[in-house]
Amino acid sequence: MVLLSTPVDYLPIAMMFVVAIGFVLFVMFATHWMGPKHKSKVKLEAFECGIESKGNSRLPFSIKYFLIAILFVLFDVEVIFMYPWAVNFAEWSKHGLAAFGEMLVFLGLLVFGLIYIIRKGALKWE
Amino acid sequence: MNPSLPFFVLATLSVFSALMVVLSRKPVHSVLYLIFCFFTIGGHYLLLNAQFLFAVHIIVYAGAIMVLFLFTLMFINMNKELEPHKSNLLKGAATIAAGCLLLVLVAATKGAETLPAISKTSDIGTVSNLGKALYGQYLLPFELISILLLTAMVGAVMLGKKDVE
Amino acid sequence: MEFFLIKLVLVLIVFLVSLGVAAYSTYAERKIAAFLQDRVGPDRAGPFGILQPLADGLKMFMKEEIIPTHADKFLFILGPCIMMMTASMTGVIIPWGHGLEINGTFYPVQITDINIGILYVFGVVSIGVYGIMIGGWASNNKYSLMGAIRASSQMISYELAMGMAIIALIMTTGTLSVREIVEQQHGIHWNIFTQPLGVIIFIICAFAECNRTPFDLPECETELVGGYHTEYSSMKLGFYLFAEYINMFISSAIISSLYFGGYNFPFIDQLGLSPNMLSMLGTLIFFGKIFFFIFFFMWVRWTIPRFRYDQLMHLGWRVMIPLAIVNILGTGVYVLFKNGQLHF
Repeated sequence: MVLLSTPVDYLPIAMMFVVAIGFVLFVMFATHWMGPKHKSKVKLEAFECGIESKGNSRLPFSIKYFLIAILFVLFDVEVIFMYPWAVNFAEWSKHGLAAFGEMLVFLGLLVFGLIYIIRKGALKWE
Repeated sequence: MNPSLPFFVLATLSVFSALMVVLSRKPVHSVLYLIFCFFTIGGHYLLLNAQFLFAVHIIVYAGAIMVLFLFTLMFINMNKELEPHKSNLLKGAATIAAGCLLLVLVAATKGAETLPAISKTSDIGTVSNLGKALYGQYLLPFELISILLLTAMVGAVMLGKKDVE
Repeated sequence: MEFFLIKLVLVLIVFLVSLGVAAYSTYAERKIAAFLQDRVGPDRAGPFGILQPLADGLKMFMKEEIIPTHADKFLFILGPCIMMMTASMTGVIIPWGHGLEINGTFYPVQITDINIGILYVFGVVSIGVYGIMIGGWASNNKYSLMGAIRASSQMISYELAMGMAIIALIMTTGTLSVREIVEQQHGIHWNIFTQPLGVIIFIICAFAECNRTPFDLPECETELVGGYHTEYSSMKLGFYLFAEYINMFISSAIISSLYFGGYNFPFIDQLGLSPNMLSMLGTLIFFGKIFFFIFFFMWVRWTIPRFRYDQLMHLGWRVMIPLAIVNILGTGVYVLFKNGQLHF
């Protein structure tokens, strides 16, 4: 019983997109038009934390965040490629252990990578 | 309605956003146009009923790799004064290099017209059929890819580690 | 043509219902907070203050819109818009009810049933990061930037565990279509009984994805002023706050359809009602489940203190991801055992 969706089934998603974008644009223009406009130089300064701000905020930040993003990309690719397997697993598992073994190898390498990352202290936040 | 209308709408949007990636002056705007471009290309995959490819394209490219791009842009100090001025020689070299890449990409599509056409209602791109191919016929390359990803992980950790004296 | 019209009406209904539920969630949140802290809560606008959300909305509209001089104007406006759009896009694939049969034609109460439904949810969630990242960065405020970076690292970390929790679910259901998953849970065969660990992982990750307490570090006022939306005012701030409530509503709907049977309820076959009545009853019960989870979100918010950032990352990478992997392995063994491949 494999349900087969065709490109037409994705049309309502486009409709929702159009409705959402219409709503967002409408609200943005409405507030722009309705709200009061009393601008002054001080008011348009960045609020930051209440006191006068110092310097620019295009600052470099901790490399940890960057590392998290790289590791996320790698793990995300692994996770997404497990989906085609998971969908078929209920079927394959009726014919033996081979399908599970295939995934064990894949998952084993992923776990090995995770252990390596943790042991190297890449995820340690001071 | 012309059946190829969605294709032309999507194709126009992809070309436009791809051009804007190159033409916009601010790097963050470029990244956003690139994300939009990925969405339109995802739409092309849907028109071909390649559903898994669509999902991967949105989740991995638009949702993960572009986050990394944005992080990188935010990570490097992007004050205007620090932006290096590019000489005309450098611009010329970049044009030639990009032109070569274009040539290679166009050349790669040569012979595609002789391949058998896949009908739009074919279910070859569904997740379960793709899984059958990936874990059947292409099992070895697939497992090798996980080793490649492991290598990338090790590399990332080595690069991100603090230098210990 | 009729197909498009029906779909368009459904799209509008789902969109308006999400807005309405989100608006009244803000009221519920304040009332529940008041109850848990032994206060009265909003009670001036209308009887028991039930017009409060409308008053709040109107106030947001009438406020002055301020865009700081040093902010990147285009991105500053784009940030909250992306946030609002991604929040409202997920409602498309949720089956709100079984369906109605009118004049011999069957109309499912769902906008569209695509067979990569769950991957679609996963995709929209992964795009949700940009609203916060772009808004925080464009504000040109150090605290907003830090809030945005914290939020995005948190969201991407928990997205992994969430994806893995879903994999374990897919292993038992064998389909990615949300409707089929709900149909398989007919009666009381809910997935929570086969996936107890998966439910816990999924709910924790849903909390983190919605930036709700205890995971609300991006807007931790003791460290970061107002977090990523410090510089925002008027309806742009409204979008950020509102999107959080829509996300909460949609997450509750997804949690109940994936693990708690969706529109199914026990003894569905023994009632002896007509299919249309059952379907409507199912929709009501589905909304009951959704409201319970929204209440749960709020209950947790006003009960548990927030994490420290290192604790949050520790939980995400060293607890949730390994747990999710254990869950996948456990589910694999369970399915093999059920299919008679393993003998103990």
